[in-house]
Amino acid sequence: MNAIVNSTRAELLRLRKWSAIWVIVGAWLALSLSFGYVFNYVAYKTGDDNFAGDGATDAQLLAELMPSAIPDVIVSGLPMFGGALAMVVGALVAGNGFGWGTWKTVFTQGPGRLAAVGGSLAAVTIFIFAMMTATLALSAGVSVVIAATEGQTISMPTMGDLAESFGAGFLVLEMWALLGFLVGVLAKGPALAVGLGLVWSLVVENLLRGVGSLLSGIETVTDALPGTAGGSLAGAIIGGPNGTPGVLDAISGERALVTVAAYVLVAAVAAVVVMRRRDLA
Amino acid sequence: MRELVVETDGLTKRYGDRLAVDRVSMTVMRGEVYGFLGPNGAGKTTTLRMMLGLIRPTAGSASVLGRPAGRPDVTARIGALIEGPGFYPYLSGRDNLRTMARYQGLPNTEVDRVLEMVDLAGRAKDAFKGYSLGMKQRLGVAAAMLGSPDLLVLDEPTNGLDPAGMADMRALVVSLAEAGQTVILSSHILAEVQEICDRVGVINNGRLLRESTVADLRGGATLRVRATPEDAALAVLMRMAGDEGVRRIGNETLEVDLPATATPDVVRQLVTHSIDVHEVAVAERSLEDVFFEMTGNRTNSGQELVS
Repeated sequence: MNAIVNSTRAELLRLRKWSAIWVIVGAWLALSLSFGYVFNYVAYKTGDDNFAGDGATDAQLLAELMPSAIPDVIVSGLPMFGGALAMVVGALVAGNGFGWGTWKTVFTQGPGRLAAVGGSLAAVTIFIFAMMTATLALSAGVSVVIAATEGQTISMPTMGDLAESFGAGFLVLEMWALLGFLVGVLAKGPALAVGLGLVWSLVVENLLRGVGSLLSGIETVTDALPGTAGGSLAGAIIGGPNGTPGVLDAISGERALVTVAAYVLVAAVAAVVVMRRRDLA
Repeated sequence: MRELVVETDGLTKRYGDRLAVDRVSMTVMRGEVYGFLGPNGAGKTTTLRMMLGLIRPTAGSASVLGRPAGRPDVTARIGALIEGPGFYPYLSGRDNLRTMARYQGLPNTEVDRVLEMVDLAGRAKDAFKGYSLGMKQRLGVAAAMLGSPDLLVLDEPTNGLDPAGMADMRALVVSLAEAGQTVILSSHILAEVQEICDRVGVINNGRLLRESTVADLRGGATLRVRATPEDAALAVLMRMAGDEGVRRIGNETLEVDLPATATPDVVRQLVTHSIDVHEVAVAERSLEDVFFEMTGNRTNSGQELVS
């Protein structure tokens, strides 16, 4: 256990000082801010029905910008942008270790492979948790400022709703990050892992879902895919698709939760098993 | 009886049809500097990787510090620099070492200690990606020394170092050896190995050709005597060194199995028998001569194997 704690501390030190990671966090927060608040707020202020408002009334737009809508806002962008960025994080963390030779250096420093890879996975998990916390903090801060600016009553969501939304969002991000980690391990590098991961999460799954809606046999498969599960989990929190890309109602919230959790577990175990057995030439 | 630190038994690694390491059985004793020699592709690094548990042998076994190779409790007691340093390019030298120290649960003072040892403290705040090859190599050696391991495995540690850096590295290895550190040094610089290693293993085409002390490998020194008449000189020298101890090597020159200290006696005896002595030289085989005889590899420079 001590070895895993040491490995986690080591990984956190190097992740904390990696500018590429902060660029990804910055991109995610900028996307969250833009699509969660800025565009809707501009639509609300300009009263332009054709811009971001998607036919919503001013009252509806304002309601989505208020603190009470935080649980919906923080999960809306996760299935599409958040998942893709989390996957890039996982792929970079695992894949670069092969090209830089750092896995080799780490494995000769004493921790067993289980501890070293376990520590890396734990560090990624802590990082994803921090990323989700930052998303929540940003959402809370911006919505409170908008409410105050617009002279609205600041009505915060219940802790239960916040916890449910935060937990679901964390699980979706964690699933994509660990899948990225696994692909980085399998590809022994970040480039192929990032490329394949992004094409899969942003393109292939959407195409398959399109085919699946026409062919029931395919639909059985697409219902078990990570994008469907993540999108459906977000959809369950929001109360169904709200027009945000990636947010679905293909499967029930309970099934989506189990599927996402299964992907988290399988990706972590598979990454450890492959790394333990692999020759590091 | 000195303690065995490394013992391999029939260690073999096969990649498809290619046999990279073929039944290598070698031993390294506590406190010795063991030179591991071989041309490129001979199987040195593959053998070292198996000792460290980075790759699994196809057959055979390796025991390190009394335990099967690759176990975490064994690798924790080994410091290794294998086939070049592998570090995070965006971190400074110090942060890279801090990261590696954390993996072992070591304090930051240990980082400062090893940085001083490799003379890198002044550049420790610079990013690794900006380091010269020699600095990267020194950082790799520093990482290997974190936690004062019982066994240090250095694969080509002087790669990329300038002559002064190479001398510093040799001095470092010697000082470590004097402090009782066991070192396995893989190097293609034969003069370096001859200078600092106690024993060597020579590997070629995956097979360990010879394992012995440097002195045994080089054999004793001989005298080369050019004298006329040659037949008369041969008779005199045979009386001194025995029939098997003298050989004609051409150009009126005889090779005599006698040490350099016998030179005055040799000259005196030859002159006493009215033999003209034109030249007496001490001929000593270098490790390089022996190595090339064993492996059949020679480079243009005659000093180093092509790396």
